Amino acid sequence: MKVEIDRAKCVASGQCVLAAPAVFDQDEEDGIVTLLTDEPSPADADGTHEAAFLCPAQAILVTG
Amino acid sequence: MRHVVIVGASAAGVSCAEELRRGGFSERITIIGDEGHPPYDRPPLSKQFAAGAWDAGRCALRQESQLEKLGLEWHPGVAATALDRQGKTLVLADGREIGYDGLVIATGVSARRLSGYEPSDRIHYLRRLEDAARLRDAMSSAATVAVVGAGVLGSEIAATARGLGLQVTLIDPMPVPMLRQVGPALGAKLAELHAAKGVEVRTGNGVTRMEENGACLLTLSNGSAVKADVVLIAVGSVPNTGWLASSGLDLSDGVSCDEYLRAGPDGIVAAGDVASWQHLGLGRRVRVEHRTNASEQGQAAARTLLGERSPFCPIPFFWTDQYDVRIQVLGLPTATAELDVVSGSLGDDRFAGLYYDADVPVAAVTWNMPRETRRLRLALCGQ
Repeated sequence: MKVEIDRAKCVASGQCVLAAPAVFDQDEEDGIVTLLTDEPSPADADGTHEAAFLCPAQAILVTG
Repeated sequence: MRHVVIVGASAAGVSCAEELRRGGFSERITIIGDEGHPPYDRPPLSKQFAAGAWDAGRCALRQESQLEKLGLEWHPGVAATALDRQGKTLVLADGREIGYDGLVIATGVSARRLSGYEPSDRIHYLRRLEDAARLRDAMSSAATVAVVGAGVLGSEIAATARGLGLQVTLIDPMPVPMLRQVGPALGAKLAELHAAKGVEVRTGNGVTRMEENGACLLTLSNGSAVKADVVLIAVGSVPNTGWLASSGLDLSDGVSCDEYLRAGPDGIVAAGDVASWQHLGLGRRVRVEHRTNASEQGQAAARTLLGERSPFCPIPFFWTDQYDVRIQVLGLPTATAELDVVSGSLGDDRFAGLYYDADVPVAAVTWNMPRETRRLRLALCGQ
């Protein structure tokens, strides 16, 4: 599983961090998404998909 | 259940379809939307799209390949016009009839019209992509804009128009912008922000008359006049329930649902801006027109259709970006709630606070501190 983010689209809602805290974080200053890993472990797969579904800015793309 | 029909092809409808598939539903899903475009996202319409920075493609809700994978039967560009619950059948605008076993109502809302003021070259409402394109084009050749209604949408458009270099007047009968969403203290701060950016803030004034004659001439309740090349009217929204008038469903506040989002006992659920539901956490019926709610509620409605019984009680969340300020609100600040700033101070350009009603935290706000929003969520969840 690979995950990509589009920081220009991100609106800093933090939904992804709630869904998959081991995969996503937010920049301390502007709250924009940062990736802790771009290859989530199987244990984080559901949460990563959930983050992509719930992202209100379509800033997360999950493949594989 | 062999066939689920989703009426409404925006955030709630699409997320419902995705959750049905994730939940293992492999039978037919039909999705009906009265707009002809592929599903798109609305938050950019008042900001990046209206400013001309993003095109429609950038506002797409999903990539084409993602939608294809869902294996949906699409009926774009055609509205549902009636629901026959006995026959479990929908009637479409082109006369077709579609049967269903499970029905999802996700028809959203429309911009509330001021009577007597139809959309024109100068008078605009904003809900759909076409509205936003017309407004964008009108603003590109205008010098002055009047925004009637200083809620979230009106305030965002004021900021966007100002960013384009237009002269902007922001008008609302309430004393400050976004009063109902953020309360008086933060509303006053927003009024200061807009004024500092050069917006003529005329809150505390309704519009008593509007004439179109070369430009638009607005008369306000204090007797003052505002002349504008373009007027955006953003005075709230109306749930799209007209097509359900004879269905027998309770339409007293959008489509009224129970705590599981069921609109009736007969396999009908609702989600998104159109749906009000009994929120067990808040202890009252609410209808929430926030972007994140549409996705979450679409998912929850899907799970109910699949047989789960878990009440839908999220903490409502919205954000608004105006100029270089990012505001996020969790919960629903009540009219009597008092804002207690817990990080920074109201005079700073970054701060965070909790709203208390009778000593109970009911909502949280952050101003340029988005990461803090997640921490404050815990304070609200502690209830």
